[in-house]
Amino acid sequence: MGEFRMPALGADMDYGTLVEWKVKPGDRVKRGDIVAVVETVKGAIDIEVFEAGVIGQLLAKPGDQLAVGAPLAVIDAEAAPAARPAPAPGPAPRAVGRQRVSPVARKLAAERGVDLAQLKGTGPGGAITRADVEGAAGPATPAARGMRDVIAAAMTRSKREIPHYYLSTHVDLGRALDWMQTRNQGRPVNERLVPAALLLKATALAIRAAPELNGTWKDGEFHPSEPVHLGVAISLRQGGLVAPAIHGAAKLPLDELMARLLDLVSRARSGGLRSSELSDPTLTVTNLGDLGVDLVLGVIYPPQVAIVGFGRIARRPWVVAGRIEERPVLTASLSADHRVSDGHRGGQLLSAIERLLQEPERL
Amino acid sequence: MTRAEIDKAVLSALAKVAPEADLGNLDRQAPLREQLDLDSMDLLRFVLAVHQALGIDIPEADYPRLDSLAAVSDYLASRRP
Repeated sequence: MGEFRMPALGADMDYGTLVEWKVKPGDRVKRGDIVAVVETVKGAIDIEVFEAGVIGQLLAKPGDQLAVGAPLAVIDAEAAPAARPAPAPGPAPRAVGRQRVSPVARKLAAERGVDLAQLKGTGPGGAITRADVEGAAGPATPAARGMRDVIAAAMTRSKREIPHYYLSTHVDLGRALDWMQTRNQGRPVNERLVPAALLLKATALAIRAAPELNGTWKDGEFHPSEPVHLGVAISLRQGGLVAPAIHGAAKLPLDELMARLLDLVSRARSGGLRSSELSDPTLTVTNLGDLGVDLVLGVIYPPQVAIVGFGRIARRPWVVAGRIEERPVLTASLSADHRVSDGHRGGQLLSAIERLLQEPERL
Repeated sequence: MTRAEIDKAVLSALAKVAPEADLGNLDRQAPLREQLDLDSMDLLRFVLAVHQALGIDIPEADYPRLDSLAAVSDYLASRRP
């Protein structure tokens, strides 16, 4: 028998509020099953269990604010449900069920102590909106530590502890975009690629040339990671961002990586990220091309040791075979931890990314 | 498929992409991407949701035509099966 504790949800999140349990005492679970939903400043996160067993006593109830490491439930790895009578779990969890709640409304409800189950939503499809929560809330109380605060804490820590170095290179994306557009023709929309998928796959594969850029810094040393769990920086419309992982990105076929990217963005913006997606990234990619940004000098997200940035794809005059042509070019950048790698290794990563994007059919 | 059905499907697709947005106050003539702060992934998700709702497959070459709510409605009406 062991206690399942609140997992870490990234370097900048040290607590969450339990919203609902997805299991009850006696339920059998396996590793990776979602057992609870926890509200954080970055939205509702599905909490996964790390071990197989049978749920025993639930040690927290909806509404409880839980620090990382707080006990959530007892998991019994031995007994079948009928053999072990579990103590009463306390008040039954109030599931909001399939009622749609916007992330900003959920966050506001948590801050203002509004019971979402009692609200009737006025948004599309009956979704509960911010206005619905504001209408039900009493006078505003001092806000809980918001997303801005947690991002500030993480980024301040990063700049204080990580000696960053910065590199950049230009990448001619002509071949990659032509290949992608040809491939997309005649394909239904759910099978089309976007340039971001190619950039992510190229980055994940390029780590072979620079493994010192993929892993974490903990307890005074670098811990390399064999798989590349690629964190994807996703902005949130209500402000802030999350950077959940596409696990094993280097080994995913391009189509599957694209499907995972689409799914990740959808869940990041609508609620439903999984705890392992927040705790597992070994390298992050940030793409600000949509905003017209040319060059991204990212801040490394601790405990990772690097962050790759991509700017906008712009038509530029470019020298090809001794002649000036118009080509779609973007600037790829790297911010890396000088405790772990030097510019030589960082340069090798960017060179590998550039090379891989010249052979898109091999991504 | 009536215009009203198209408009309802479009708003429903936008609600999936931007669930926190106040869709009731959208300016039909103003660019959607600015009003709702949509990026290229949001656009793809929107096109996918429209495809699922209306069965209309929007080719990539036509994405620039999906500018405002009015433009989207006109475009989809022109592509009605």
